[in-house]
Amino acid sequence: MQKDITRLSFILLFAPFALWIVLLIILPHIGMVVISLREKVAPRVYEFSFAQYIDFMQEPIYWNTLLRTGSMSLLVTVLALIIGFPIAYYIAKIAGKRSKGALFLLCLIPLWVSDLIRAFGWILLLRETGVISTALQKSGIVGQPVEFLYNDATVIMGLVYTVILFMIVPLVSTLDGMDDAMVEAGYNLGGNGQTVLRRIIIPYAMPGIVSGCIVVFMLTAGSYLTPILLGGKNSSWFTEQIYEQFISRYNWESGAAFGFLLLFFTSLVVWLGLKLSGQTLSSTVAKS
Amino acid sequence: MSAEFDLECLNVSKNFGSVRAVQDVSFKIPKGSFFSILGPSGCGKTTLMRMIAGFENPSSGDIHIKGNSVLNTAPNKRNVKMVFQHLALFPMMNVFENIAYGLRCRGEAASEINRKVHDVLERIALPDVGKREIHQLSGGQKQRIAIARCMVLDPDVLLLDEPLGALDLKLREAMKIELKLLQHQFDTTFIYITHDQSEALVMSDNVAIMNDGQFEQVGTPQELYHDPQTAFVAGFVGDNNHWTGKVRDVSGERINLVTQTGLSMAGHLRGESQAAKGSGLTLYVRPEFITTRKIQDGTTHDTSDGENNLTGKIDSLLFNGASSRILVRGPGQELIEADVVLTGGTDDLKPGDAVHLTWPAEQTMCFAA
Repeated sequence: MQKDITRLSFILLFAPFALWIVLLIILPHIGMVVISLREKVAPRVYEFSFAQYIDFMQEPIYWNTLLRTGSMSLLVTVLALIIGFPIAYYIAKIAGKRSKGALFLLCLIPLWVSDLIRAFGWILLLRETGVISTALQKSGIVGQPVEFLYNDATVIMGLVYTVILFMIVPLVSTLDGMDDAMVEAGYNLGGNGQTVLRRIIIPYAMPGIVSGCIVVFMLTAGSYLTPILLGGKNSSWFTEQIYEQFISRYNWESGAAFGFLLLFFTSLVVWLGLKLSGQTLSSTVAKS
Repeated sequence: MSAEFDLECLNVSKNFGSVRAVQDVSFKIPKGSFFSILGPSGCGKTTLMRMIAGFENPSSGDIHIKGNSVLNTAPNKRNVKMVFQHLALFPMMNVFENIAYGLRCRGEAASEINRKVHDVLERIALPDVGKREIHQLSGGQKQRIAIARCMVLDPDVLLLDEPLGALDLKLREAMKIELKLLQHQFDTTFIYITHDQSEALVMSDNVAIMNDGQFEQVGTPQELYHDPQTAFVAGFVGDNNHWTGKVRDVSGERINLVTQTGLSMAGHLRGESQAAKGSGLTLYVRPEFITTRKIQDGTTHDTSDGENNLTGKIDSLLFNGASSRILVRGPGQELIEADVVLTGGTDDLKPGDAVHLTWPAEQTMCFAA
């Protein structure tokens, strides 16, 4: 009897998770793979083929866009880490008990507003007739309106702003677990600020750094709104290509293949990143 | 400044806002000795240690290490190493790297680092643990690695902040002896902070009793135990029977007094305290100085001069091997502790027995209240 109840509660708890995995992740992806591996030979006639993938290889604009998306996402990840780490360190280690909660909440506030609205906020500030341009003209620094939108720097800035929270949260939680005595011991044994940071704080925060970087990189590479709105037509983000294949060209086969290539490529980058930094998922993400 | 003292504190004070954590503390620690700072939690001992290590700056006063002021020396430039309360070993490094950390910070050559680390592991009798991760070590091993990590740098002074607190009782007892041996072996000045008096008394050459930000008394463990200068020291170090009372008359060192519970006693004034007829007193009697005799039927108790005499009934017996103790319900209804020897024979004391307690006047340690 008791055993049956345990079993039943396990099944009930496990069922939503299993449904989610199977219906929303595994099934759609199998569908995508199937679609991506066929070619339209005549109206309503499809054949198994690798044509979509071969197309991708033969068209430089496609893989250039993918590489560009990947490298810019890496840059965003690095910037988010560099900017987020001091913030996280301040929240976790330097701020007092009371201000800690307040600061953390402040970090979360942007999440109240939708991505779209936040992007339009940026547009309001940065467009030719926007706040910054007008202010610069009024103060006489520039003579004519300046367009800050539609360039790579703006896209990167906007992306860093959108994703930095996902860097700060895991960093705060790992740094929070670090005993202050660890840092003091680092100094006491003769290390200077740089040594303590490099040999003690960063290695200790590694689980948070790795999980933060993976999340941020994946979010950035898969983001659509921010690059399109802030970068306009020049942004050449890979998700834009996927959108175009699906919606504009109604070429589901190619769109599915691109989607898969994006997944494969970002996974490859994460794997390479882990290999190059000598980390493993089990020693970092799984540990935190 | 002479360099025969490894550490000197001169009138060191530290205020946190309006809280005076450390007030005007001065002491000198001779080379190569084991010095303990003993006090209840919150007495300022950790603050004092953090000032010596450089993590806090004194509000006033000066700290000298080997004769030179270190007030303007950053913590990482002071040759004072510290064993933290929870050890603070670096979990992301193995044992070898933990010990090598300080040497690498100094920029020593790899071969030299290798030799020194193996040498120090040898000395703490853990020669083969270099490759192990920290979480693979036992509590006692971690302790020794934490000490080795400091000692490999050959510090002028080693600070230990209650490092035995986290260990279980048995291991703590063993580590006490081990720490003392390690101190002898390295021949370095150890400053040991603790609230556990047995740790301080067993290991130290000298102990400072700290209370409320100030040093109450500094001395050898024996001096503190047998010749306390203040009521706090008498009460804090060792076990005591404690009374408050009033002076009846004074003759030289010796005073006659009556306790609040109505007992008449003879005692000696200790420390610098002065007493006049009628003034209040705090008094302490250690259980081991009380002699217990069973009252057989019909015998009257003899009252020899200079001694304190009490009769009472044994309320309970606290058996603890060689340090067994009885609780005697005295005439004032208070419980008096006395050490007894229990041999296991039939004439051992039992609860309910009437007993006669005596102790010499000089063992009633009196302090002006």
